[in-house]
Amino acid sequence: MIAAPSNRGRSNFFERVIFWGFRLATYLILAAATYIFLDIGIKGSRTVFTSAAPFINFKFLSEPPQTLYVFDYHGKKMTLSDREFRQWKTTHPESVEATSIAYSAGGIWPCIVGTALLVIGSMTLALIIGISSAIYLSEYSRNGPFIRLVRIAILNLAGVPSIVFGLFGFGLFVIFFGWNVSLLAGWFTLGLMVLPAIITASEESLRAVPQGLREGSLALGATKWQTIRKNVLPYAMPGILTSSILGIARVAGETAPIMFTAAYAMRDEMPWQVPHWTDFFFQGVMALPYHIYVVSSKIPQNEYTERVQYGAAFVFLVLVMLIALTSILLRERTRSRLSW
Amino acid sequence: MVSLLKMPDTLSKPVSREMEAPPETTGAEIKIDIEDVDFAYGNHQVLFDVDLDIPERAVTAFIGPSGCGKTTLLRCINRMNDLIDGARITQGSISINGTDINTPNVDVVDLRRRVGMVFQKSNPFPKSIYDNIAYGLRIAGVNKRSRIDEAVEKSLRSAALWDEVKDRLEANAFGLSGGQQQRLCIARALAVEPDVVLMDEPCSALDPIATAKVEELIHQLKRDYTIVIVTHNMQQAGRCSDHTAFFYLGRLIEFGSTAKIFSNPSEKRTEDYITGRFG
Repeated sequence: MIAAPSNRGRSNFFERVIFWGFRLATYLILAAATYIFLDIGIKGSRTVFTSAAPFINFKFLSEPPQTLYVFDYHGKKMTLSDREFRQWKTTHPESVEATSIAYSAGGIWPCIVGTALLVIGSMTLALIIGISSAIYLSEYSRNGPFIRLVRIAILNLAGVPSIVFGLFGFGLFVIFFGWNVSLLAGWFTLGLMVLPAIITASEESLRAVPQGLREGSLALGATKWQTIRKNVLPYAMPGILTSSILGIARVAGETAPIMFTAAYAMRDEMPWQVPHWTDFFFQGVMALPYHIYVVSSKIPQNEYTERVQYGAAFVFLVLVMLIALTSILLRERTRSRLSW
Repeated sequence: MVSLLKMPDTLSKPVSREMEAPPETTGAEIKIDIEDVDFAYGNHQVLFDVDLDIPERAVTAFIGPSGCGKTTLLRCINRMNDLIDGARITQGSISINGTDINTPNVDVVDLRRRVGMVFQKSNPFPKSIYDNIAYGLRIAGVNKRSRIDEAVEKSLRSAALWDEVKDRLEANAFGLSGGQQQRLCIARALAVEPDVVLMDEPCSALDPIATAKVEELIHQLKRDYTIVIVTHNMQQAGRCSDHTAFFYLGRLIEFGSTAKIFSNPSEKRTEDYITGRFG
């Protein structure tokens, strides 16, 4: 029989400590995710869902934010939105001591619209510029010091903190170009922010197209551009688009880049209510992440502010999850369709 | 110290210049004239002083062990090597129909239209069978449906594929078998009506039956096309080529009629390779 090494017990103990260390680290992630989703899910669904049919609080989704008025009326506690309060006053002429709480009544419709507009514009810009430069990098450029420099620049751009992008956009687009706080400034700022991700994803998708397709096309007398347009890009496009959907989640979610460039805390008109169509591009909009920031930190907190805070966060989370889910489903579909 | 990986004696002998003039091809029209070509990838030279006249409307086979430069030479003929960084002909010239193809006034796109190529790994496009064949015509600006229809049928017939696919022209080419895919690639190359068809080990991934079909096809095609085929398969070169060039370590060792190369080679190294003594 072989004698067991004398330190067998200690090494066994050590192994177990290591194992539990790794295991706990993993569980911590799960715990954090569960807490966030449950907390926002439970408190948010109080705002977004109703106990009676149709079970969804469409008012919250379709109304602009309003000021909430809280007051005592003959011993009864009243909470009325701005519009309701004014109507109420017409029938009750006596004066009441009402506390007003900003943004805590009504809904978040303009924020959803604003975020959608910001996403559409900035993703269009980022896709056009990003795909073009990815085509240049992967199909045309030859590796040299300059291209290496470009790649380092892309990597660095990806690492720039979003608040720095915000300040850059403020300095360049808002002040220097004189676009003021506007959709256009937000589009460019967000577009530049998400550009590195788009370029990287596009290059990867382009490289995944087998070299044989390029050679086969060139050997038939196609020019380089014909080859790219007809026999490379169509097969790379699904991959580019699905990877870019994750960029949408990023663009929709960032607060810092838009707080100086595109977002208003409150705006009464909807984005399409502009006097002239060119004004559309030069108007600021409300946006979901910025609205969450405003209602959570720019107004005094009390029991009435929670409704909008959690409601907005919940809607936001659901939107981002839907986007991610679309991306995954699309990717699975294209993967099975285009396999070589 | 003696190397354990010593080559057969005959291989280390210098190439004699006399045998490079191939008397067999003098009668036929010369289609491709390869003159004293040196070729390098960056600083790494892979072809040394290759001199070869490829006759028209015949099958010329390039044989030799892996890495001997035969595929590189093939890819020089339609300038596919332009795609590789640092790859270039350092000396000599290649002419087709008497025109040097490496001069600046030669349009490489036009050259590739006239010199078709079939690759080692069949590379059908992920489109329908019909669109695969039509691709070359469409990029050349042919848009008339009737003309494309006609060309699709004609080239599929020439590639002996028509009867197998005529009922499913709109089906994706990826659904074809390996051998059918390779014949589709041949049909696709033929659709643009080239003068020369280059084939880079077209049967290396095919089973014997599919190989036999492709070989039969090559045999028929030589009536209309000048064909250059690179092959690892000695029997294949023997079966379907009229002329054979044997390469070794970047040099052309022997070039002559296939019958002569296989029955009575003038070089010992050729004989060693053909009989399977190395390679």
